[in-house]
Amino acid sequence: MARKLMSGNEAIAQGAWEAGVSFAAGYPGTPSTEVLESLARYDRVDAHWSTNEKVAFDEGMGAALGGVRTLVTMKHVGLNVAADPFMVFPYAGTNAGFVVLVADDPGMYSSQNEQDSRYFAKMGKVPLLEASDAAEARELIKFAFDLSEEFSSPVMFRTTTRLAHTRGLVDPGDRTDRERKTFQRDAQQYAIPVYARLRRPELEAKLDTLREFAEAFEGNFIEEGDPTVGVVTHGIPYQYVKEVAPDATVFRLGMLYPLPEKKLREFCARFDTVYVVEESEGFIQQEMAAFGILNVVGKERFSNIGELSSDLVAQGLNGIPVPDDFNQEVAVLPRPPKMCAGCPHSGAFSALRKLKVLVTGDIGCYTLGCLPPLSAIDTTFCMGASIGNATGFKMAGEEKVVAVIGDSTFLHSGLPSLMSAVYNRVPTTMILLDNSTTGMTGHQEHPGTGQTLQEAPSPSVDFEALIRSIGVEHVTVIDPWELKDLRVAVKEALAHPGPAVVITRRACVLLPEEKAKDRIPFWVDEEACIQCDYCMESGCPALIMKGEYPWIRDWECIGCAICAQLCPVDAILRVEETAGVPAGEA
Amino acid sequence: MSVTNVLISGVGGQGVILSSELLALAALAAGLDVKQGEFHGVAQRGGAVFSHVRFGEKVHSPLAPRGQVDFLLALERLEALRYAHFVKPGGTVFVNDHKVEPIRVGDLRPYPDEAEGFLGQKGFEVVEVGATQKAIELGNYRAANVILLGALATRLEIPEEVWSETLEERIPPRLLELNRKAFLAGGELVGTPVSGV
Repeated sequence: MARKLMSGNEAIAQGAWEAGVSFAAGYPGTPSTEVLESLARYDRVDAHWSTNEKVAFDEGMGAALGGVRTLVTMKHVGLNVAADPFMVFPYAGTNAGFVVLVADDPGMYSSQNEQDSRYFAKMGKVPLLEASDAAEARELIKFAFDLSEEFSSPVMFRTTTRLAHTRGLVDPGDRTDRERKTFQRDAQQYAIPVYARLRRPELEAKLDTLREFAEAFEGNFIEEGDPTVGVVTHGIPYQYVKEVAPDATVFRLGMLYPLPEKKLREFCARFDTVYVVEESEGFIQQEMAAFGILNVVGKERFSNIGELSSDLVAQGLNGIPVPDDFNQEVAVLPRPPKMCAGCPHSGAFSALRKLKVLVTGDIGCYTLGCLPPLSAIDTTFCMGASIGNATGFKMAGEEKVVAVIGDSTFLHSGLPSLMSAVYNRVPTTMILLDNSTTGMTGHQEHPGTGQTLQEAPSPSVDFEALIRSIGVEHVTVIDPWELKDLRVAVKEALAHPGPAVVITRRACVLLPEEKAKDRIPFWVDEEACIQCDYCMESGCPALIMKGEYPWIRDWECIGCAICAQLCPVDAILRVEETAGVPAGEA
Repeated sequence: MSVTNVLISGVGGQGVILSSELLALAALAAGLDVKQGEFHGVAQRGGAVFSHVRFGEKVHSPLAPRGQVDFLLALERLEALRYAHFVKPGGTVFVNDHKVEPIRVGDLRPYPDEAEGFLGQKGFEVVEVGATQKAIELGNYRAANVILLGALATRLEIPEEVWSETLEERIPPRLLELNRKAFLAGGELVGTPVSGV
């Protein structure tokens, strides 16, 4: 097969397919999302989006025990959600190969925290593999399934943003189909809570055999070079080391847990000082210290904050300072992301801003609502947190609090929090921003969209009925482009004595069917404009200042009329409502 | 053979990733090792986007080290300044004559209209390309990315038939003619077109 340019994520999907994976599940999360999206395009594998990562993991356990090779995918914070089954599955062990792909995000390009998930592998006593580029990722994930079956253990495959989103050359191979393995019913092995004490010593025994395996594993290899410079490294940092210290003697670890203690000890005995070049926390360094290997320099030179780079590795290894950018000499202004022109969330936030309520936010595009000029969100932490946080603020005595949460996030982990508010008679107010997709990660389907990952039709959640069924008596549905209606609806919800939900329903403007719609843009009548700048508070990217007046880039405006509703003097008009529109500039 | 480093920068929606993919595919077709590393998490929401394309006999790091980029292709003027410190001394910066005001968070300095002058003072070869203007003339302002790529191609040793095949492989048929024209126009704008595309 011809050599192909593939991202790390695509290569992992290719490798998993070649390994004979029959079932794959996950929840979207940058930078892991494309693994499942890629796998969905192959034959002989069922890939689907689950409602959250724990559900995906549970489904994956069932499939692997049921006898088929299974891949489960998530980002690092998704593993936190799936931590419960992750920790207990090793007690049972697997039947067919089971691999959980976890994508960390050093530098927090698209995440709320920087988390080194290698510690999960250690805590769960799960073998952990890491590749250094796309080509190796394809091979290593194939091996991960063999390893899982050989040791009857779940295997964790960790990537980072840089590996996931870097394209490199990959030689794809053919698939090996696997016979379904028989599941032998045995409560003593699989009914863990009752037999956990029985299983516990076996887990330690298995870990000992994995330690022996790590010593012989060829993914842990030494590249001989300068006999005076020794480096221990892994994953993407290996590439940085090869870039800036091509002559060093390098011990590249492909299995990060358990580590090959004996081999590391022998390697380190050859050098006065060994450099441990690892991204994020000093996981390898700490393990080595626990082995008593102490002639090591690691996190003293390579920060645990942010992503490493060739430059930072050169600085740590060779003392070469990282060149500055030009921001001190010229205005290199930040360019943060922003909500799109006509984004339904902008409407909701424009309305909330006027009401001056405390807003607890959640994870999605709407997190951007905390940025100026909208500045309409006060707290955001993690998936599903908005509702529980709002309930807590109510318990503390805060009068006007609104939780805002998207449709996908609500289904992921918001629903139990809303039930808790109802059950405990806390008058929590919630806005469900229903844009009919998982927006931030690139428009994935979910149980409310009526389509599967393969775009096959499926039942779609009736949000009003669902929310009413758990006991919320006050539920209204509003078009978020209608600002006045929305303000009224939120005021009524806040005044309601029990829990209340406002559903703002309008599809994400980036969805293909929305993009295809004819739109009539607006323009600003400078003669009527009083320069109050209220329209600019919409945060709309199509609206810019041109001289002293606001000006609408008509090719970007989709005619949502949010700015026109913010204008107190009707100076923003639809293009068709007037003749003689001033000529725009490109 | 050494590694050639290209950095492509712009604003989400300008096609940074597509143009870098085309370059990477062309390098692959020319028989080279290639890696392309990018940041695209906020691409659809108008944030700053960059992509590194590195090709040669053997490429290790997905991102080029600072001060080692041979060619910077900036689809927007501010985005040229943001990544110019990656360019090697005397390296080349292709700048699209196009400005997109960022939303303001904290930094209230005026937009740096002096970008090209500043880069010239720093000793870089600055090549201004009216790519967006040319793209509008060709009928689609989104083609500016491929126009810039056509300009870059005049400096690379990738055979013209490779470019032609790469465009055909990656661009959907209905947009192929536009992109061929755009690629050619990029070369013409900087004086020495890669012909036969």
